[in-house]
Amino acid sequence: MNRIAGNTAEQSADPTQLTRMTVNGETVEREVSVRMLLSDFLRHELGLTGTHVGCEHGVCGACTVMINGRSGRSCLTFAVQADGADIRTIESVADENGDLHTLQEAFRDCHALQCGYCTPGMIMNILSHLEADDEIDLSDEGIRELLSGNLCRCTGYANIIKAVRQAADTGNWNRT
Amino acid sequence: MKPSLFDYCSPTSVGEVVAALVADPGAMILAGGQSLVPAMNLRLASPTRLIDLKNVADLADIQVDNGVIKIGAMVRHRDLELNDEVYAANPLIRKMMRFVAHVPIRNCGTVVGSLCHADAAAEMPLLLVLTGGTVTAVGPDGSRDIAAKDFFQFHMTTSRAPDEMIVRANIPVLADGAGYAFHEFARRQGDYAIAAAGATVSLDGDNRVTRARVGACGVASTPVLLEAVEQAITGAQLSQSTIADAAEKAKDAVTAPDDMHASTGYRKHLLAGLVRRVLGEAGQRAAGGAIK
Repeated sequence: MNRIAGNTAEQSADPTQLTRMTVNGETVEREVSVRMLLSDFLRHELGLTGTHVGCEHGVCGACTVMINGRSGRSCLTFAVQADGADIRTIESVADENGDLHTLQEAFRDCHALQCGYCTPGMIMNILSHLEADDEIDLSDEGIRELLSGNLCRCTGYANIIKAVRQAADTGNWNRT
Repeated sequence: MKPSLFDYCSPTSVGEVVAALVADPGAMILAGGQSLVPAMNLRLASPTRLIDLKNVADLADIQVDNGVIKIGAMVRHRDLELNDEVYAANPLIRKMMRFVAHVPIRNCGTVVGSLCHADAAAEMPLLLVLTGGTVTAVGPDGSRDIAAKDFFQFHMTTSRAPDEMIVRANIPVLADGAGYAFHEFARRQGDYAIAAAGATVSLDGDNRVTRARVGACGVASTPVLLEAVEQAITGAQLSQSTIADAAEKAKDAVTAPDDMHASTGYRKHLLAGLVRRVLGEAGQRAAGGAIK
């Protein structure tokens, strides 16, 4: 299944630049406007609409993706800045058959989402922590700090905190 | 949202960056972009050209050398925060770094970028002032070091010339035996501080203060050293009462007018409390036990 859309003709008069990066393991190359944000690049150029766009100034965290293995705001990064980078989006998290990742299962089990708008950014941020070697404080306060850059307006966070703890406890993270 | 039109280049040397700044007075340097890009998205900033530093060699280096921590212009907050050599050289850095926005922002944003953005409520400018650090600027006529107190001129205004690039920040290591502390008050985790204070304190064998540096941000148009507090406590035997008396003197440094976050009076109250806390904690670290 090819989840990345084909190239579309660039009609803009903006200065453009040839930009190449790896997205979810696949190399993509596009001639893009230099002012195109990475979030818009993923959604409009590649058709990867799982990355959501909320505030577009770095506050809400809905657009969080992994840039070279670390979480980052795709709305505060120009696509041209990500030239040569390795990008992971929410589309890479469940496996090819649609089987959910441990973290996604934990979200489902704990009712950690309602409207789901913030969820892709939440998942990418939490996943980057679970996959990294740095220590995670699994107290309520520690998890709240970890989630502090992602806003949710439905759940009141309590169930998201439960889901993070369940995922950390049940997943095989190869942590040192 | 979409920033207004701009040209873009990604030079490979500091010399080319400076040449690009000279050629286009409307150009701005793009490092991590975590302050600049939101400003551009909101069209508060409309540079004619972005000069992306990502391809300039060696700017992501961190070196601890001869008592100074040298932080290149592309060092991300998170890299400095997690660097164990830096933590050993000056643990105040990691302490303050935890208050800079959120991890996804710290993963991308740069320390030098934050210094150049010079928000008066931000932690990194206070770190530079508090430690007596410098920045190294390179312009068409060569390089110069600018002391922290001369660098920050006003909220979001520095003494960097328009054709200069800040290539690194230089932060002294913590003095042997000195205690350190930092506390901040914000409504939400990761927000800019309504008020914040930091301190480093050295004591002699009788718990007398031999050297104190105390600073604050969020309370004036730049980060400030609280010299009245430093003077009140230097030479004094550190106790809860000398700390409380000295902390009161912090209130005069609050010059920020009433705003939507806090009144001037509230900021004075907050700052005195924060200074009391940082002096107590830094003193305790230096003394190796509780301050009576």
